Amino acid sequence: MTKKLRPFHHMRWNEPIIYQLSVSGQRGILVPEAEEEIRAIIGDGRSSIPDTMRRNDLPNLPEMAQPQVVRHFNHLSQENLGADSNIDIGQGTCTMKHSPKINEIFARSPKLADLHPLQDPSTVQGILEIFFRTEDLFREISGLDCCSLQPGGGTHGVLALASMVRAWHRDRGEDESRDEVITTIFSHPADAAVPKVKGYRVIILPPDEEGLPDLDAFRSVVSERTAAIFFTNPEDTGIFNSRIREFTDLAHEFGALCCYDQANANGLLGIARAREAGFDMSFFNLHKTFSSPHGCGGPATGLVMVDKKLAPYLPVPVVKQEEESGLYYLDWDLPKSCGKVKDFFGVAPVVVRAYAWIMALGADGLEEASRTAVLNNNYFMKKMLQIRGCSLSYPNHPARIEQARYSWEKLKEETGFGTADVQRRIADFGTHYWGSHEPWVVPEPFTIEPSESYSREDMDEYLEIMAEISRECYEDPETIRHAPHNSTVHHIDHDYFDDPGKWAITWREYTRKYEGYFRKR
Amino acid sequence: MSCERSDGIKRLGLIVNPVAGMGGSVGLKGTDGKDILQEAIALGASPRAPLRAAEALEELSLRKDGIEIFVFSGDMGASESASAGFRTVLLGAGSEGRLTSADDTVMAARLMEEAGVELILFAGGDGTARDMVMAVGTRVPVVGIPAGVKIHSPVFARNPAGAGKLADLFLFGSPMGLEELEVMDIDEEAFRGGIVRTSLYGYLRVPFERRHLQGGKSGGGKSEAVELDGVVREAASRMTPGVLYLVGPGSTTAALMRRLGCEHTLLGVDAIRDGRTTGKDLSEKEILKIVEPGNTRLIVTVIGGQGFILGRGNQQISPEVVRLAGKENIMIISTPSKLRSLIGKSLFVDTGDTLLDMELCGYIRVITGLGEETIFRVER
Repeated sequence: MTKKLRPFHHMRWNEPIIYQLSVSGQRGILVPEAEEEIRAIIGDGRSSIPDTMRRNDLPNLPEMAQPQVVRHFNHLSQENLGADSNIDIGQGTCTMKHSPKINEIFARSPKLADLHPLQDPSTVQGILEIFFRTEDLFREISGLDCCSLQPGGGTHGVLALASMVRAWHRDRGEDESRDEVITTIFSHPADAAVPKVKGYRVIILPPDEEGLPDLDAFRSVVSERTAAIFFTNPEDTGIFNSRIREFTDLAHEFGALCCYDQANANGLLGIARAREAGFDMSFFNLHKTFSSPHGCGGPATGLVMVDKKLAPYLPVPVVKQEEESGLYYLDWDLPKSCGKVKDFFGVAPVVVRAYAWIMALGADGLEEASRTAVLNNNYFMKKMLQIRGCSLSYPNHPARIEQARYSWEKLKEETGFGTADVQRRIADFGTHYWGSHEPWVVPEPFTIEPSESYSREDMDEYLEIMAEISRECYEDPETIRHAPHNSTVHHIDHDYFDDPGKWAITWREYTRKYEGYFRKR
Repeated sequence: MSCERSDGIKRLGLIVNPVAGMGGSVGLKGTDGKDILQEAIALGASPRAPLRAAEALEELSLRKDGIEIFVFSGDMGASESASAGFRTVLLGAGSEGRLTSADDTVMAARLMEEAGVELILFAGGDGTARDMVMAVGTRVPVVGIPAGVKIHSPVFARNPAGAGKLADLFLFGSPMGLEELEVMDIDEEAFRGGIVRTSLYGYLRVPFERRHLQGGKSGGGKSEAVELDGVVREAASRMTPGVLYLVGPGSTTAALMRRLGCEHTLLGVDAIRDGRTTGKDLSEKEILKIVEPGNTRLIVTVIGGQGFILGRGNQQISPEVVRLAGKENIMIISTPSKLRSLIGKSLFVDTGDTLLDMELCGYIRVITGLGEETIFRVER
């Protein structure tokens, strides 16, 4: 570690929302009038649109000139922090990695951007072929048979799985009697939340002394009432459950389905598959692992793979190829389908980036990406554990895959500062880190995932920041207590933000909450 | 809650129970009651609480100019406060040569409440905590400095320095939440005879550090109030008409009773059927009279920080009651927040009936939210 810490300061523009910048009459582009001869043939254009389809009012769009628009969005981007602007390894479980810019060019190409999902399939054979071939690639990656690219995110992928679980048991007349779903405490919280949304009673398994899901606890609850198990592996601690087959076999003995949350797949590509672990279904996040940027609710895809016995229950439509003509088409004829989980058939730019990324790397390249991610994690872990006050969760199980959950428990005991304090201070160094998913079973937790994109120098720089913050906790408490110093936001009252009656992160949420959503109930 | 002074000076109450902890070093298991205390002194016990209080104040030494400490005179806190150099306000006279008793603690706490202190630090043990319940209940935030022999109540910090740090954070840090924590105490007489009999005496409000601050990714965080709402709604949805429910003590079960609109006692066992209270604060004998084998369910919560579900604070639900109701008819409810430190560890039973305790061991489901159960191992 030789690099010097950067004297960073975050940008603050106090940028208004774009509607507040609107000035009536301002224009970004003046569209030329149609020529006389065109007008002679077409007329005014407008009157050829039927009355019922023609809008009478102008759309409510901001009115701005080009330079103000450019400035506005530049300001917003400067207030942002993301994988393209910082060493983004502190957001463990999120697999923040670099998306090659060539894939962005593909995704933004007019050949893709100008398509519409309602076009006749005969006019979009190219994108359908990419969907179809992507399914092929994931057949190899997962070992499972059939695919849906419809879900628009990871949690949405869980929803697709849970919907298929319902459809499968309903078809067998067991929907009423199978009312329980089993998950583990270190699986992603969506694996508990989504089955609840589907009406299941969710049973959460604790970890054993090694941090692995407690197999005896599982034995005590799995039964004819179990509809499915939803497991993440490796779990959010970075620990790989190598006894997973015992869980899936036991679940199958009782007639339950096994659902695999493979959002944490970045350390397993080409190394371990859902099929061999005994899972019937799985989903992958094409965003994060496969070259679409992760985060901010942006375009994403939770690609679903299922065993062929579950193919009739996939969401409709599915992309298929006619044997004779070789043409691709959308198959809606799945009478047992769980239905639609999203409009149309998938988020095309995300699928294109994933396809391009996999094709560029090849099978060997995927495996090397995973091996590099695991190597990075182990390098980082070794150095991180040398920093004063830091320890590894479940030290009885020191092997971790692509991420690791750490604890500042000792730091807290010795200095009074914990993970929330470190989180505030790290903003002063131009990067960030994230506490960990609920529930905080590991005291004062944080989770680091240095994916294959990061160089040794990147990791060393991040480690240097962590070491400096630890030193300050012991030697310079006032600096920590009042941090962040170089950021735009300082101490905030979390209780206020956690009050479900008050927070509103979208305009729709705001109107629901502040205009009677709660009162209506 | 008290108002902050316009000059920004914080008002802190300090109560030292000078005799707390004196029994421990001479093997007396507590000093509740005058005779025992005399015996402890005769055995050569020396005051321990004042030293522990001084350790806690040491953590606040950088804040000397920003705090005013309200105390009783002499060995009830005045000497510790003054010798640590704090601005000290005397509210009354402490023991002054005579032995202090529970009444002194109660009186001091009440006067501090009147004086508008923002927080009371008290050095003592479970007995002192009980006095605090009697004096201020949940009206004034408190932090316990562990100085007694018996520390079963989670209202105490892990050590005196921890209590001082928590007071510092509460008075000078960013806004903190308060949680109601149990005050437990054992029957000292029985304890000296080798029997542990713990009862729940009430609740105190203690500042707590957010243990579950949310990252942006996992969406909305849940406050304990929201968790509690989910737990009691789930429990209520599982209740069946015609069945007799025996509802054990605790703030979680009390929330269930409030949701059902039933009269209840916070610290006792109540009986309800079809949404109506049919018995309040029942003794074991009274319970045995009404229990209906095959048609009775027990609703209990995890009491205290150590994870007991039976045998601490709810002894009215005796082995015989459990056997008559059937061990498969125990419903355990708790918020995830209360269980967080216990996850991956065990819950405990100590009914006093070894055979029953052994039968209760194994894995058990705890209702932890709407449509949600968490599995725990039960040990004895």
